[in-house]
Amino acid sequence: MTITHDLLVWFSKSFGLFYLIGLSLIVLVYTYWPANQKPFEHAAQAILDDDDKPYRG
Amino acid sequence: MVAELTKNERQGALVILLALAITGLAMAAGGRGDPFGVHGALVLVTAIVGIFAVISGYYAPEPSPDRLDSYYDTPTKFGIIAAMVWAVIGMAVGDWVAWLLAYPEWTFDAAWASFGRLRPVHTSGVIFGFGGNALIATSFYVMQRTSRARLPDQLTPWFVLFGYNLFCVIAATGYLMGVTQSKEYAEPEWYADIWLVIVWVVYFVLYLRTLNRRKEPHIYVSNWYYLAFILVVAMLHIVNNLAVPISWGSAKSYSLFSGVQDAMTEWWYGHNAVAFFLTSGFLGMMYYYMPKRAGRPIYSYRMSIISFWGITFFYMWAGSHHLHYTALPQWVQSLGMTFSVMLLVPSWVSAGNALMTLNGAWHKVRDDAVLRFMMVAAVFYGLSTFEGSFMAIRPVNALSHYTDWTVGHVHAGALGWVAMITFGAIYASVPWLWKRNGMYSAKLVEAHFWLALAGTIIYVFAMWNSGIIQGLMWRTYNESGTLAYSFVDSLVAMHPYYIARAVGGVFFLLGAIIGFYNIWMTIRTASQDEAAQNTADRPVAEPAVGVPALQPGE
Repeated sequence: MTITHDLLVWFSKSFGLFYLIGLSLIVLVYTYWPANQKPFEHAAQAILDDDDKPYRG
Repeated sequence: MVAELTKNERQGALVILLALAITGLAMAAGGRGDPFGVHGALVLVTAIVGIFAVISGYYAPEPSPDRLDSYYDTPTKFGIIAAMVWAVIGMAVGDWVAWLLAYPEWTFDAAWASFGRLRPVHTSGVIFGFGGNALIATSFYVMQRTSRARLPDQLTPWFVLFGYNLFCVIAATGYLMGVTQSKEYAEPEWYADIWLVIVWVVYFVLYLRTLNRRKEPHIYVSNWYYLAFILVVAMLHIVNNLAVPISWGSAKSYSLFSGVQDAMTEWWYGHNAVAFFLTSGFLGMMYYYMPKRAGRPIYSYRMSIISFWGITFFYMWAGSHHLHYTALPQWVQSLGMTFSVMLLVPSWVSAGNALMTLNGAWHKVRDDAVLRFMMVAAVFYGLSTFEGSFMAIRPVNALSHYTDWTVGHVHAGALGWVAMITFGAIYASVPWLWKRNGMYSAKLVEAHFWLALAGTIIYVFAMWNSGIIQGLMWRTYNESGTLAYSFVDSLVAMHPYYIARAVGGVFFLLGAIIGFYNIWMTIRTASQDEAAQNTADRPVAEPAVGVPALQPGE
């Protein structure tokens, strides 16, 4: 099979389009998933703590 | 430094250095009469100096287990100093070539002093030397703090830093000898490229090993940006530098790509180097140092995640906007243009997120030049991403391409965004790292800030003017339908702007030199008396009600 310009255009307009839309949906769902809000807020706050030692458990 | 390594690590260092020495010897022997041999000798001498350094500290007592109670920051300290040394070298050469453009006869008739050889010393010096060292140093700092985990060992970070700087030195000395593969921002030849791949993979693995030891459940967003920088730069570097050397004893190689494929590969690399070296990594820096310095969490953590994925997936496709109106198929050009315009969304989300983080801390921005560096960086990030999206539109590009407008755009990003956020991050971390109350002189930080800002504005305005005049002169036709101006006419018109640009560069360079002096003095000066500083900083007490305040002269 030879790869022609038409084939590439078809591929980018079908698969290329849907995989980018799919990725954006995954990212949005992950970002706004309710269970994820707590760890996000914790992470944003945690860097402000002045704990200048590595944790050793 | 060697005293901080364990016995096993000292032996490991010797093995690595010995292998490096043998490689250098083989290169020197195989490349006699070629710059390749000179670089072999350079590698050999570096390895021998390293071996002596390790041996001289070999019998020092082993580091105590208490070290595991603190972060391993010596590599970060080294990286920050290396970044500042490269900043001064890279910017000085940059200003030199700026004067060369205004006065082309200033080459002393020496091959090494020609524009074509000095210019990559400037670009690699500031991007890879200054920017790269700053990214590696701050990434070590940030990954440990945000993971609450110490680096997994003491040898790997040193391998990454020394290996990376060896690459930078080989690159810069090579350019002066005329070694180049003629790919912009990817000039170093095949042997330097292979060495960088080894160093870079070790860096990537080191980052993953540290994250793997983390005590925080969620990986803080800065690490995402740093990791994207490391991973994508590895990918770009490997693909764009696929080449076949003409022999094992020669510096010269030929690229695996040719013609328009070569151009596309190069600008896929080139634009993603802007995206992942000069943007992603520095956004990682910003998302840690700006909230930390302002004492406020990121305005919207969710937006930082969305813009991360936006930047990562859109940038990949934008490179072809460098090749508008070339032999590249029209649809590939349109693809690059479309993605470049879409990129404005995640870019402005990042810039807006940064500025909204400062909302409520504007009094700190006013009083603290360090935070002001970061604020100005976010503003310039917003400006240059808008400008970039705009310039990628094909008809706009018809005016801007090949003119100084492009140079102005790049420097709005490089001086205004990358250098400003780096200076802010360095000024923030130096007192933290060396356990000082603050920088040696807050006044010098102020001086640096205003010199840097003035230099950037002079530079960018000079290039905007010159670029648009150039673009217009090249497309002005006379009544008979031929070009109204010759190329030399446009060169003559550029002359005053080239002088202005070089003066702007002097301002920026002076600021960096002052910054280097200030950092050096902070390191050398023991902690100042905090109480004395506090009284000096306190505002004059309000006079009691009813008592008239003394006026000057009373």
